[in-house]
Amino acid sequence: MKVGLFIPCYIDQLYPCVGISTLQLLEKLGVDVEVPQNQTCCGQPLANSGLQKETIGISRHFINLFSNCDTIVSPSGSCVLQIKEHVPKELHDEKYSHIKNNIYELTEFITDILKIDELDGQFPYRVGLLQSCHSLRGLRNGKSSELAGKRFSKSGQLLSSLKDIKLVDLDRPDECCGFGGTFSVFEEAVSVQMGVDKIKDHLSHDAEIIAGTDMSCLMHLEGLINRNRQLLKVMHIAEILNTAMT
Amino acid sequence: MKHSQAAKVFLKNAPRTQWHDKALWFAREKRDIQKNQVTEWETLRDHASQIKEHALSNLDDYLMEFEQNAIGNGIVVHWASDAEEHNRIVFNILQKAGVRKLVKSKSMLTEECRMNPYLENKGIEVIESDLGERIIQLDKQEPSHIVMPAIHMKKEEIGKLFEKELHTETGNNDPQYLTAAARSHLRKHFLSAEVALTGVNFAIAETGGFVVCTNEGNADMGVHHARIHIASMGIEKLIPKKEHLAVFIRLLARSATGQPITNYTSHFQKPEKGKEIHIILVDNGRSEHLGEEKFWRALKCIRCGACMNTCPVYRRSGGHSYGYTIPGPIGSILTPKIDLKQFADLPFASSLCGSCSDVCPVKIDIHEQLYQWRQEVYEHGHLSWIKKTGFRVVGKILASPRLYGLTGTIARFFLIYAPGFLVYNRMNTWGKSRDIPTLPRQSFQEWYKENRNKS
Repeated sequence: MKVGLFIPCYIDQLYPCVGISTLQLLEKLGVDVEVPQNQTCCGQPLANSGLQKETIGISRHFINLFSNCDTIVSPSGSCVLQIKEHVPKELHDEKYSHIKNNIYELTEFITDILKIDELDGQFPYRVGLLQSCHSLRGLRNGKSSELAGKRFSKSGQLLSSLKDIKLVDLDRPDECCGFGGTFSVFEEAVSVQMGVDKIKDHLSHDAEIIAGTDMSCLMHLEGLINRNRQLLKVMHIAEILNTAMT
Repeated sequence: MKHSQAAKVFLKNAPRTQWHDKALWFAREKRDIQKNQVTEWETLRDHASQIKEHALSNLDDYLMEFEQNAIGNGIVVHWASDAEEHNRIVFNILQKAGVRKLVKSKSMLTEECRMNPYLENKGIEVIESDLGERIIQLDKQEPSHIVMPAIHMKKEEIGKLFEKELHTETGNNDPQYLTAAARSHLRKHFLSAEVALTGVNFAIAETGGFVVCTNEGNADMGVHHARIHIASMGIEKLIPKKEHLAVFIRLLARSATGQPITNYTSHFQKPEKGKEIHIILVDNGRSEHLGEEKFWRALKCIRCGACMNTCPVYRRSGGHSYGYTIPGPIGSILTPKIDLKQFADLPFASSLCGSCSDVCPVKIDIHEQLYQWRQEVYEHGHLSWIKKTGFRVVGKILASPRLYGLTGTIARFFLIYAPGFLVYNRMNTWGKSRDIPTLPRQSFQEWYKENRNKS
């Protein structure tokens, strides 16, 4: 199986450590990872702002880059959802269908494709899990609290398998953190308030770390934590799993 | 005022925002408890969605069937193509009956039609009889929520308002006391009303009857005393059969307020001897909305307000920030159809978290429609020039690996070495309350080339 790793633009530029952790983690799990060169972006910042039409160039580049891979993995639920749902119709061909049906967010790739539910690692910290909305309600990598039925969470499952980790119960486990892409700037005041409240929820349950499946949500929270000098750290789940498994 | 600005004003009063957020989240939690007690909840949602989609797809037939059956029951049926016509019909009924006062229960449709000011201009006294609506009316405000119209007001404010308007004791804010005062005040109006108006939650094509759900019983109080009952309904409220009520009644109150059922679920079928029932079927843009391939599903809405209670943006910006009768996520997908330019900012008043779609009892894909409305806003040229141009440039950069690599390196270089005032200034909205990340010297791709792919 040829697995292509897609590292979204903001991880590439701002959080290369998350890209490196993802690569190392996959390799530890025995995956033969290829990183197609000259990657850019999924197109979401434009599409979510109403300019889906203008993402044709970006999406075409993405499709050309990844259509040779059997499977594509990315440490971002949000970018995966963009590729699955919002690529312009003009590009809907066989190559795209293959990508759409074979692209996975990192934790769902581990649980659903590699069929690994438990990891051999240790992480002795109190962790709050932020399943990004696009992973949760978009890709359905967990059950949202609005729906009836049995609770599950693919990322939560992996984290809870680590030795000594304490996953804290939050008051509002799946309330949006307020990032929302360009929402964080267009609706700055509400976005900031949502982030402040999300952090408060973690602090009130003595979490030491906010673990997330999307670095963009975590960037927003980290920005607030650093500005307000709060005692809390954000970590992408790839960093946690990779660190735990050493 | 734009939503983002109105939200900023709302958020300035931090304790109030927190209280508003908690009050609505409490409704969401009560809804969750109810949802968890109904094992077939998701099946009910599927049924409700399918019944509504079927009814809307065959609305013309069902409307005719309803009209025929309603007339057969002795109900007078009126058709109103727009708000103006609806208001005129109500006024004509009042005029013909020689009545100057209208007692009404809560109806978002009459809010949509701006009926109260229309009638008041013509010398009619309009009395809202739902407690929340009465509070709003006495305070000359607009409702901020479709189920809990005065949810933005605190009991102290209501106490003060009642002191002035209903002459209650000074400083007495006890909710029970205030409710009792409102009750005796409204009772006089109920007893003297000759014409009462209600909304309609569900109308049934098969029987020609309709159902009104309230918690206060005020609709019934009004209607049973009055000689004439006017029921105003949007044409999308129609369901085909009586048995379908079994699906909707189970979903409505649970979704709205976390009650298993509203205190009163009143079925109206035919007028009592010597009395009249008039039903006004209102279009007001609905037929046209129904023709919108991407957006017609919004008409499935049963006005439970669950999407408002769950919306993290609504809870932190208040209903008035949306500038329309129906606020929150559902309002943001209904308003662009009314006036895309005026309401162009509402589809953006969302983080697209999708909670609204998951909570919706009739499974409207609200967040997906918000996304689609954003595309319409851009395509119709209502995005500001700065945003439009900015995004187009970004689009070009991201489509080209060379430009992307170059821009990334320059931007990181700038942000690492530039003095603080160049990074954090008025142009940097992100940085107003948030730090920017500590920047790495190397991108992932640069690291990869150096460490893994030396070729």
